[in-house]
Amino acid sequence: MSILLNGDTRVLVQGITGRQGSFHTNLMIEYGTKVVSGVVPGRGGQVEHGVPVFNTVAEAVAETQPNCGLVLVPAFAAADAVDEQIAAGIDLIVCITEGIPVLDIIPVYHRAAAAGVRLIGPNCPGLITPGDNVKVGILPGQIHIPGPVGLVSRSGTLTYEVVQALTDVGLGQSTCIGIGGDPVIGTNFIDCVWMFQDDPATEGIVVIGEIGGSDEEECAEFIANEVNKPVVAFVAGRAAPPEKRMGHAGAIVSRGSGTAQAKIDAFRAAGVSVADFPADVARLMKERMQG
Amino acid sequence: MKIHEYQARELFSAAGLPVPDARVARTPAEARAIAAELDVPVVVKAQVLTGGRGKAGGVKLAADPDEAEAAAEKILGLDVRGYIVEKVIVAMASDIATEIYLGAIVDRQSRSVLLMASAEGGVEIEEIAKTNPAAIIRVAADPATGLASHQAREVGFKLGLDWPQVRQFDSIARKLVQTVVDLDASLAEINPLIITPDGELRAIDAKVNIDDSAVFRHPDLAELRNPEEETGPEREARENGISYVNLDGNIGCMVNGAGLAMSLLDVIQLNGGEPANFLDVGGGANADQVRTAMEIILDDPAVELVLVNIFGGITRCDDVAKGVVAATQELSRTVPLVVRLVGTNEVEGLQILEEAGIAAHRDMVDAVRVAVAGVTA
Repeated sequence: MSILLNGDTRVLVQGITGRQGSFHTNLMIEYGTKVVSGVVPGRGGQVEHGVPVFNTVAEAVAETQPNCGLVLVPAFAAADAVDEQIAAGIDLIVCITEGIPVLDIIPVYHRAAAAGVRLIGPNCPGLITPGDNVKVGILPGQIHIPGPVGLVSRSGTLTYEVVQALTDVGLGQSTCIGIGGDPVIGTNFIDCVWMFQDDPATEGIVVIGEIGGSDEEECAEFIANEVNKPVVAFVAGRAAPPEKRMGHAGAIVSRGSGTAQAKIDAFRAAGVSVADFPADVARLMKERMQG
Repeated sequence: MKIHEYQARELFSAAGLPVPDARVARTPAEARAIAAELDVPVVVKAQVLTGGRGKAGGVKLAADPDEAEAAAEKILGLDVRGYIVEKVIVAMASDIATEIYLGAIVDRQSRSVLLMASAEGGVEIEEIAKTNPAAIIRVAADPATGLASHQAREVGFKLGLDWPQVRQFDSIARKLVQTVVDLDASLAEINPLIITPDGELRAIDAKVNIDDSAVFRHPDLAELRNPEEETGPEREARENGISYVNLDGNIGCMVNGAGLAMSLLDVIQLNGGEPANFLDVGGGANADQVRTAMEIILDDPAVELVLVNIFGGITRCDDVAKGVVAATQELSRTVPLVVRLVGTNEVEGLQILEEAGIAAHRDMVDAVRVAVAGVTA
C-alpha cells in the first residue's frame, strides 16, 4: 500500500516534447511508470518515447484514460495547463514548474478544490511509490527502496539527501511527496500527514520543512492531536537572514514570522523528533520505530 | 521586489487612491524648493527599502522651507537598518484625527488576497499582531471577482467609521485589493490611512512589494527595481538564473537545490563556521553554470574557502566535477576547495576531481567539518 500513487496510476504528461518533459518522461518510463499520453498544442499525432501526443488534454483523456496529470511546461503557461487538466476531469495533478506568478495559481487552486481535484505543487519534484515502481515527476528513482516510511517535504534535493540516508540504514519508503517551495501550494503538510496516518503500509512519517509561512506549525498541532505513528522532522533555514528569499519563492522569514526556530519548537512540543542535520533523520526514525 | 514609498505613491495615485502631493528630493536645497512650492507645512520622509525609519529619525515635520531644508540635511545620509538614505520625499502634511492600518496581501494560508485592517494605525501590523491580535480585522477577497463592496463596508463599520467615512473606505479598500491583483503585488499597504478632522480619508504612506515571479510580465514595474535591493553578485546571479544571497561569513557555498543549500548553511553554523553566501546552482546544473556560480562566489573578497555540496539526482556529478575543475583552472582567484559529491555518476565525478588533485567527501557533515577547520575562525 501507499498513498496517491499505485500500480493502477496512468500518467498524462503535459509538455512531453519539451526538453524537461521528454527527459523526465523517459526516466519515468524506465522506472516503471505507466505514461499513457502526452499533450502539446500543435503536436497532436506525434509520438514521444512511444507515447502518443495529443493537442488537448480532453482528447488525451478520451483516448487514453489517464488518472494522473503531470505539468512540465514553462511558468507562463503552467497555471493554464493545470486548469486544462481540471476541466478535463483529471483528479490528481502534479505541477513541477517553478516561477509561476502566485496570483495565477490562486484561482486555479480554488477551482481544483471545488472540483475535488488534488493538486500537488507547484514548484515541487513530484512523488514516488517505490513498492509499485511508479514515480510522477523528477525525483531520482534509484535512491528509493520500498518500505514503511512516508515522507513529505517542501524541498527537492534536500529530500533526496534524506531519502538516501533512510535507504542507507535499510528504511524503505511507502510514498515520498515533494509538496513544493512556493508560497501558495495545492497540498500541504497536514493533507499528507493525514494520508500517511491512514495508510496501513506507512509506519513512520518524515516531515521536511523550511523557513516561511506557518504550515509546519499547523502540521505540528495536527500531529499532536491526530497522529499516533512516530514522526521525525527536519527544518531547513536556521542560518537564513530575515527578509531574504532563500531560493524557493516561499522560503523567507518575513516581518519576524516563519523562522526555523518557531517551527522546530512547534514540532518538539508536538512530540516530533527534530534532526540537527538532514541525514540524522534516518537515525532518529530508526530509534523511534524500534522504540 | 521591493520599491520605495515614492514609487508606491505614484502607483496608488494612478489607481485612484487619495495620496497627498509629494515629490522626491536628493539634496537639502531640493527639499527647500519643494516645500516653498507646496507652500504648506510638509513632512520630510527618508526613502529606504526597509521599515523602522521613524524610529531611526527618518521622518520629520517642517513648518516652512527653512525647516524642510534642515530636516532633509539631517535625514539624507542616515543609516536605517543598513540602508543609507539617498532620497527623501517632501509631502503635504495632513492634520490627523484618526489613524487606520490597511493592507492587502497574498495570504499563504487562505490562498487568497486578504484585506487586513486595524483601528490601531501607524504602528507596524506585526506589532499589533503581537500586542492585540483581536484588533486586526481580516477578510478574504474572492479570487475571481475581487473584494465585494459589502465586505469592504463591513470592515469599515467594524473599524468604527461613520457612514460618509465608510463610503470612502469602501472605495479605497477595493482599489487596494485591485492594486494587488493588477500589479501582481504580494503586498500593498497604507499605514496609516488617516482621517482628517474634516472626515476625509487619505493614504499618507504607501508600500508595495511585487511578486518576483511576475515581474517578467510587467516591464513598467521592472524598471522600478532599485539597485540597493541587491548586491553586485546578487544581481549577476539573478541574471544568470542562480539563486544567491550574500552573507557575512568566510565559507563560500555552492549547492544544488534551495533546501539543501539552506541546510548546508545550518550545518556550517552548527559546527562553528560562518557561511559567506547562500547559493543554489539550480536543478540539472551543467558545467557552465557551475563555473559561473564559482565566479560569483569568488567575487566576495571575504571568501577564504569554497565548499561544494552536490547531491546528484537529476544533476550529474561528472558535469559538476567538470565545472569545478574548469573554474579552478580558468578563474584568476583561487582558494582552497572542499567538495562533497554523491549521487548520479558519482564514480565518474570523483575520478575527474581526483585527476585534478581535488579530494572529495561522501558525507556532508564530514565535508563541513573539514571546511570549518580550513578557515580562520
